[in-house]
Amino acid sequence: MTPRTAIQIAAGVRAGTLKAADVLEEHLARIDARESDVHAFNLVMTDQARAAAAAIDAAVAAGNDPGPLAGVPVALKDNMCTHGIPTTCSSKMLQGWKPPYDATAVIRLAAAGAVAVGKTNLDEFAMGSSTENSAFGPTRNPHDLSRVPGGSSGGSAAAVAAGFASVSLGSDTGGSIRQPAALCGVVGVKPTYGYVSRYGLVAFASSLDQIGPFTHTVEDSALLLDVIGGHDILDSTSIPARQPSLRDAIKQDVTGLRVGRITDLPEGADPDVAERLEAAFDALRAAGATIVDVQVPAFSYGLTAYYLIAPAEASSNLARYDGVRYGLRVNAADTNAMYGATRVAGFGEEVQRRIMLGTYALSAGYYDAYYGKALKVRRLIADDFDRAYQHADVLLTPTSPTVAFPFGSKSDNPFAMYLCDVYTIPTNLAGHPAMSVPFGTGAEGLPVGVQILAGTLGEPQMFRAAAALERAMGVSK
Amino acid sequence: MSQRITTADVVKVAKLARLDLDPEAIERTTAQLAGMLEHFADIDALDLDGVQPMNQPYPLTNVFREDIILVGLDREEVLAAAPEAEDGRFRVPPILGLDS
Amino acid sequence: MSESQGTTGSMVYKAGAVTGDEILVDGWELIVGLEVHVELATATKLFSASANRFGDEPNTNIDPVTLGLPGALPVLNRHAVELAMRIGLALNCTIQPSTFHRKNYFYPDQPKAYQISQYDQPINIDGFLALPGGKKIGIERAHLEEDTGKSTHIGGAGGRIHGSDYSLIDFNRAGVPLVEIVSRPDIRTSEEARQYVTELRSILVAIGASDAKMEEGSMRCDANVSVHKPGMPYGTRCEIKNVNSIRSLGRAIDYEMRRQIDMNEAGETVRQETRHWNENDGRTHTLRSKEDADDYRYFLEPDLVPLDPSPEWIQAVRDAMPMLPGARRARLSASTGQPADGEAVMVVVERGQDDYVLEVAAAGGDVGRALIHVKEGFADEGATPTVPAADLAGLTRLEVGGQLTATQAKTVLAEIVANGGGDAAAIAAAKGFEAMDTGALEAMVDQVIADNAAVWSKYCSGEEKAMGALVGAAMKASQGKADGKLVTALLQAKRTA
Ligand SMILES: [Mg+2]
Ligand SMILES: [Zn+2]
Repeated sequence: MTPRTAIQIAAGVRAGTLKAADVLEEHLARIDARESDVHAFNLVMTDQARAAAAAIDAAVAAGNDPGPLAGVPVALKDNMCTHGIPTTCSSKMLQGWKPPYDATAVIRLAAAGAVAVGKTNLDEFAMGSSTENSAFGPTRNPHDLSRVPGGSSGGSAAAVAAGFASVSLGSDTGGSIRQPAALCGVVGVKPTYGYVSRYGLVAFASSLDQIGPFTHTVEDSALLLDVIGGHDILDSTSIPARQPSLRDAIKQDVTGLRVGRITDLPEGADPDVAERLEAAFDALRAAGATIVDVQVPAFSYGLTAYYLIAPAEASSNLARYDGVRYGLRVNAADTNAMYGATRVAGFGEEVQRRIMLGTYALSAGYYDAYYGKALKVRRLIADDFDRAYQHADVLLTPTSPTVAFPFGSKSDNPFAMYLCDVYTIPTNLAGHPAMSVPFGTGAEGLPVGVQILAGTLGEPQMFRAAAALERAMGVSK
Repeated sequence: MSQRITTADVVKVAKLARLDLDPEAIERTTAQLAGMLEHFADIDALDLDGVQPMNQPYPLTNVFREDIILVGLDREEVLAAAPEAEDGRFRVPPILGLDS
Repeated sequence: MSESQGTTGSMVYKAGAVTGDEILVDGWELIVGLEVHVELATATKLFSASANRFGDEPNTNIDPVTLGLPGALPVLNRHAVELAMRIGLALNCTIQPSTFHRKNYFYPDQPKAYQISQYDQPINIDGFLALPGGKKIGIERAHLEEDTGKSTHIGGAGGRIHGSDYSLIDFNRAGVPLVEIVSRPDIRTSEEARQYVTELRSILVAIGASDAKMEEGSMRCDANVSVHKPGMPYGTRCEIKNVNSIRSLGRAIDYEMRRQIDMNEAGETVRQETRHWNENDGRTHTLRSKEDADDYRYFLEPDLVPLDPSPEWIQAVRDAMPMLPGARRARLSASTGQPADGEAVMVVVERGQDDYVLEVAAAGGDVGRALIHVKEGFADEGATPTVPAADLAGLTRLEVGGQLTATQAKTVLAEIVANGGGDAAAIAAAKGFEAMDTGALEAMVDQVIADNAAVWSKYCSGEEKAMGALVGAAMKASQGKADGKLVTALLQAKRTA
């Protein structure tokens, strides 16, 4: 059996001791065996992946270096544009749509030698926390097929957890990488806003969306961010400054690192989850870190600010699905009737609900009371975090209040589902980096993740803490 | 916050959003949005006087592109993906005007 | 501009109705503000690298941003910003830090279902445009925004939107950079409106910001029109769209003014609405009323960052600005003594030939005669006429020196222009032109007086108009060889004597 991690696969392929084609076939075999149960993918790109792997092997045979991800099978969330390959956002609205261009992150992965194996399932347009909102059926948690993988990047998390891909990319607007990473027992990172280009990522909420990796190990995530991160002239919000290598950053241990405990964190985490968080504090203390108490008073207002800001931006971002240029059209007597019929047929219930909420929050007479007010709360949250980071280098919280939950258990109450993201949302509002690291198991032996938060561009410290937690768990590579 | 959201509000919003919601969906959406907005009333307790709205997380200014033409998209590829095309253009049903 | 201010349609400006600064029509004052959209002369779109080019095959200048494809993101064109700054400076605006908003509305030619436009913080604010006669029209703002695609309506009543069977959309124009220039409601007559747009157009062309062709749609004009009685608040305004020429602008404003006055006088209420100018019937028609106006849900565009040009950049743009039409007219007026809004100065500056006139003067020519010659004889020449300035200077010297009459000079000029240059003295000699000597001229004038005794006595009794007939007779008698000025002087001298 070939190694699991990207670091090891790439090292073997670059050295010529491992064939990209063999690595791929092992992953395809696992897809064959379990994908019908898990449903991680909207599309498995078998032919394209075989061609790409063969090209990598040919390059190595010719004495060329295919790059730091040589031969690494990667799964892509199906909201990242891939030229000529369907990109659906798990929506009927875009079913069958083949983008005429590639997302920047997709181009950077390919240029580094990665092999795209498929497009992964998600909550429609990334709106949800369970992948139950996919128009093409839910993804199941590889650890327990009766439970959700989390969401919205549930397919990408499950693909890595099930061994369908060595690594994958997801997008995180309010926790959509970190929460499924926690529920599926893999590493998931949401970088600082602007760290990874959003060009070609189908927008949900523009001021919150970020692309990030799912991996088995912390070092693999560092490698992926080193590859896909960095300035892109096609994204005006992309951070121009060059960032230090995160693979270098994790060579440093956590001696002297100040790890903050948020004493006024909203309650609601299950006891098994809370217990793993305490264990994580202990592990970091034992590894040489200092634990400090901090307050982030506005943390608990994150949910409200988020569920006003994100739907508002989404209502505008999703207005382009009008049946004129691409995607679904339901014909009607005139354009307005065509819009109304197309959009109600193409969007699922949760997407429609958020478009309605966001349109309302921006509409005449309500802007100040809702959207405008939420933007001010967003400022309070960012300011509170900034004060906390004067005393701590990183903060630790649960990633999700619960372990993976059974299908249907939250789907009849939108607000109950929204509470899944109570710990992850505030960092998106602040634009800060955060990641989830698997840290043992809770109820029913299901994975539990611990969330590490840092200030703007605090990725190096965040990754140091993550690597220390991983070492404490003795993760096999 | 404001007064409770009404069915009439939801009808107006659905029209703005170009979502042809049927009466049952209007009722359901009204109830759901009302429920959510009740939860969202928690921020009413905050003193937000003088707080600057935060629109973007990372402060940047003056991001530009140079005025240089780059190769664009292939028209045939794009029109092939369109619901309806004719004569090199996208075809749509009659336009009734800005509002109708 | 040369159209009379008298009658237009059913409207008549009543002589004597002017009190102070107010121009009243049946006791009502017209209030007009203009919103002018100009497409900037960039190579690419406002937010993407596809070509900004008029007249190409449909949907050939498209890219993911232009089409609003999922995942596409806008990036601001630096040159478009610079052209917007030039416009701001030319219109005496303050350039300030600015932001972009999304204006959300559904329309098939609007690919993202929102227009990116500057809203509460536009790049240029608080300027003015001086009309040739000196009146200043305030500029509220001149902001950046993107253009829409173009719809063609098929079937129904010949390409009109109403009753069409379907429409076809071309997105080549979508995303083309626009600057929308919003005047204050300082315009009081349709003539001022025409002057404003004409002057604005000249400025835009002069600074290279736009080709400003109304017929190609690179300059588009909407008029906000209302009427009121002096001392009363401004009336309800209507916005008039689809005005495709400067002439139509004047007609549309006059029609709309009359319509509103008639409504007011009939005791009806003018409703706030958008109206459409129909060139064929010469009327404005309701397009949509304010009651069903869209709720645009403006919010800051999260895909773009604020714009804050540095003082150094603004200064560099200012330093690179050419002289504007107004300043050029003032300069030419100062050196020729002709009024800045007089026809000769207006025409010559409009053609960009004012530098040339000043070159003729620098080459020792008579600047006043050069102005007239260039205005009359250089209509087909561009801003840099082929005739060497020294040659025209030579011609004007002969005139001033009395060696050529005005009529002879005209003939010589025509030959110089036809040949792209030439020595005026040589041409005059070849044509046998020689000025009459003073003795012969005086004899001829005496003969004219004798032949036209009745006219002469009228002139002597103070009827100045009679002078024209006498001079004309003298010119005729001399077969154009006499100098009209000298003849005039002789006649005047003989009357006083
Ligand atoms: Mg306007
Ligand atoms: Zn405009």
